[in-house]
Amino acid sequence: MTTETATPAPAPAPAQTSTMRTILQTNLRDYGLVVALLAIMVFFQFTTNGVLFKPVNLTNLILQNSYIIIMALGMLLVIVGGHIDLSVGSVSGFIGAIAAIMMVRYGIAPIPAAILCILAGGVIGASQGYWIAYLKIPSFIVTLAGMLVFKGLSLAVLGGASVGPFPAEFQLLSAGFIPDFIGPIVIPQGEGVPPISLHSTTLIIGILIVVAMVFSGIRTRRRREQHGYEAEPFAVFAIKTALIGALILFFTYLLASYKGLPNVLIVMSILIAGFVFLTKRTTLGRRIYALGGNAKAAQLSGIKTERLTFYIFVIMGMLSALAGLIFAARLNTATPKAGQGFELDVIAAVFIGGASAMGGVGQVAGAVIGAFIMGVMNNGMSIMGVNIDWQQVIKGLVLLGAVVFDVYNKNKA
Amino acid sequence: MNTTILEMRGITKTFPGVKALQDVNLDVREAEIHAIVGENGAGKSTLMKVLSGVYPAGSYDGQIVYRGEEVHFKSIRDSEHRGIVIIHQELALVPLLSIAENIFLGNEQARFGIIDWDEARNGARKLLSMVGLNEDPDTLITHIGVGKQQLVEIAKALSKAVKLLILDEPTASLSEKDSAALLELLLEFKKQGITSILISHKLNEISKVADRITVIRDGRTIETMDKAEISEDRIITSMVGRSLDDRYPARAPKIGEMLLEVKDWSVHHPLHADHQVIKGVNIQVRKGEVVGIAGLMGAGRTEFAMSVFGRTYGRNITGDVFMHGRKVDTSTVRRAVDAGLAYATEDRKTYGLNLIDHIKHNITIANLPGVSRGGVIDDIAEMNVANDYRKKTNIRSSSVFQVTGNLSGGNQQKVVLSKWLFSNPELLILDEPTRGIDVGAKYEIYTIINKLAEEGKGILVISSEMPELLGICDRIYVMNEGRIVGELAGSEASQEKIMRAIVRAEGRTA
Repeated sequence: MTTETATPAPAPAPAQTSTMRTILQTNLRDYGLVVALLAIMVFFQFTTNGVLFKPVNLTNLILQNSYIIIMALGMLLVIVGGHIDLSVGSVSGFIGAIAAIMMVRYGIAPIPAAILCILAGGVIGASQGYWIAYLKIPSFIVTLAGMLVFKGLSLAVLGGASVGPFPAEFQLLSAGFIPDFIGPIVIPQGEGVPPISLHSTTLIIGILIVVAMVFSGIRTRRRREQHGYEAEPFAVFAIKTALIGALILFFTYLLASYKGLPNVLIVMSILIAGFVFLTKRTTLGRRIYALGGNAKAAQLSGIKTERLTFYIFVIMGMLSALAGLIFAARLNTATPKAGQGFELDVIAAVFIGGASAMGGVGQVAGAVIGAFIMGVMNNGMSIMGVNIDWQQVIKGLVLLGAVVFDVYNKNKA
Repeated sequence: MNTTILEMRGITKTFPGVKALQDVNLDVREAEIHAIVGENGAGKSTLMKVLSGVYPAGSYDGQIVYRGEEVHFKSIRDSEHRGIVIIHQELALVPLLSIAENIFLGNEQARFGIIDWDEARNGARKLLSMVGLNEDPDTLITHIGVGKQQLVEIAKALSKAVKLLILDEPTASLSEKDSAALLELLLEFKKQGITSILISHKLNEISKVADRITVIRDGRTIETMDKAEISEDRIITSMVGRSLDDRYPARAPKIGEMLLEVKDWSVHHPLHADHQVIKGVNIQVRKGEVVGIAGLMGAGRTEFAMSVFGRTYGRNITGDVFMHGRKVDTSTVRRAVDAGLAYATEDRKTYGLNLIDHIKHNITIANLPGVSRGGVIDDIAEMNVANDYRKKTNIRSSSVFQVTGNLSGGNQQKVVLSKWLFSNPELLILDEPTRGIDVGAKYEIYTIINKLAEEGKGILVISSEMPELLGICDRIYVMNEGRIVGELAGSEASQEKIMRAIVRAEGRTA
């Protein structure tokens, strides 16, 4: 009856069996990225004589990259949706500037000022998204214009000078750590060596996260099995969970032995978790992938593609604003040069993380790891004393290499 | 006159999942007009792509002998060097370049990379006069009509010292007058010793100009007829081959109450506001009824369907849509879906599927609320839905996680159908539901259509394959130039009656 002999016959049962090998093959990109990050970390651990994993440096690494990661979350949506946003650096700088004016010059309290700033970011995103979504002006052009406009506006607002310092409360956003509710655990060391003091709240949070992860993993597996779907072999699940759990515990231990969890890390983690949920589980996220994969088909499937594009840019604007606040709080001053070039690091992070420039493809986890790869390289090369010029060359080559690897893999498949 | 210029022997070409050509033979004599006919998807265009090197040597089996020697074209450039020029269904002109620039595109009149514009204009003028086109070579392509664009394509072919000209459906989108002029031109070329291969659906044109005709069906050569043997009846029998009974599953129609009524529907072109594309169309579909819309390419059928479905085509749309006798709002896709409509596009790759995503996500995208609660997708529910429809529509894949871009045309079409079935419509508009898919898959699609009608859904089928409409429809509307020009009950309809309705309408408007 049929001539389509080349395609395999349908599986008899709905259960999909998968072998270890096919799982490794299909997830090569994801695992490769994690392995690459770990390899880079180990490499710099040796070349910096162990400085990289020192608790103080690790804390710094997180603080230094938090604003890039936060913007990368929004940029992932933008790029998956088939667009680009070149204005994020300038927008974050501009928001830092108006935050400084509000708090330093007009004495507005930090929390209302921060809320106003994030709303302003949303308005900026909306003003750019309007042209892109409804008038179909290419995002590259609109946000290139935005990049120039907001760079100029930051200069204008600040009058060409730096404005600071910020109120102490505001600085906590970047420089603060969560309080230790329980009190430190002190582990005495041998003679002559100072005892290690551990931030116990941090440790407990780390352990709770790992426990929650294991439980939710098991629950999902059980639910799938009940409905006749086999997710992945138990061995793969166990090894993966054990490795991720061990990594989380290791890093919380390192952080606990310094000052504990930075406030920024809490903000960042909540956002990352939120965006993973948004992209993987919600209808909104699914529609963004459909939009980027084939905008016309998405529209004919009843997706309001214009409104969706508009929302994506509003979200991007708000995240740029948050990143601008964190950066300003970290420098403790708003300068006209703040935010310059951030867009490049953010976009690079998303592409290293496996997103496609054509839209429709990309993962939050990938973008975060991509940002950390860039961050660890920056940090490691600086400690090693590599000049800034060569740092740029190496980062550029890593970006190119990651994308070439992707394209090569895709063509081979 | 009788020397053979081209011989294709035992050509076989496979695509993933489909055997497009199987042991096809074709011989073309010097300075003849050789027509190739066959149904949509029979393999005519694929054969010509093999000949012109679009599918490079090595990607197919068989032998091509051209002017006495075996050739292995690696690209279009190779075949053009030997004087074989193909003019595709979709014109390959750059709209915002001038006629002269287009004629010499890739073959610029230049020395050391610097274009000699006088030479280009003069050359273009000479070529344009050969094809009888009286236009300034500096005119932009976008400013001339489709008929004239076709002539520019031919002038471009002439600029390459063409020996063998291949025209793929050249008159499909031309008016009667332009078509006649084009055919006249082919006869003129024949006198000058240029051989033409003409692919066309229009049997009256073919019987007028062709010296010989080769019929292709389901990727095989059926026969080659000489001029003396040519008759439309014989061509049709040869093209269709099997009797209709085998190709269409039987069905006992159970037609119920009125479902969809479209009244006085008029639509204007999205860019040219004064051009009315759909002119006062009235259409009705009852529950359990399969209704067809027949017509030639460009009759306005897709434009009609898309303008009804969420106004995805056209502007200044007027008219009313009723479901169950109640007026409904279909002004956005969402509202049209909520009103119980679904539209499966004629162009599944561009408008139907997210080709980089897998089957599961494609099936649920038009009805995400159906697998989610409060905006959060329930992955188990989604898996169940996807597996359910994969089984129902018999999608052949390793799992629902197969990327739709890797599926065969038939299976892609089943994914598109599944997507719309899951949105649970009362009325499905299926636009060219079997275009470009093989016979076996077609049968499965027809079976699905029958089952839906049995469940009481209304089906509106747009198809350019008249036998298909005759085989599956209870009633057929004939559309021509944006108007309904005929309505036939399935039992009394025939290809001749449909064609007569179209031709009569043409006569009236001309």
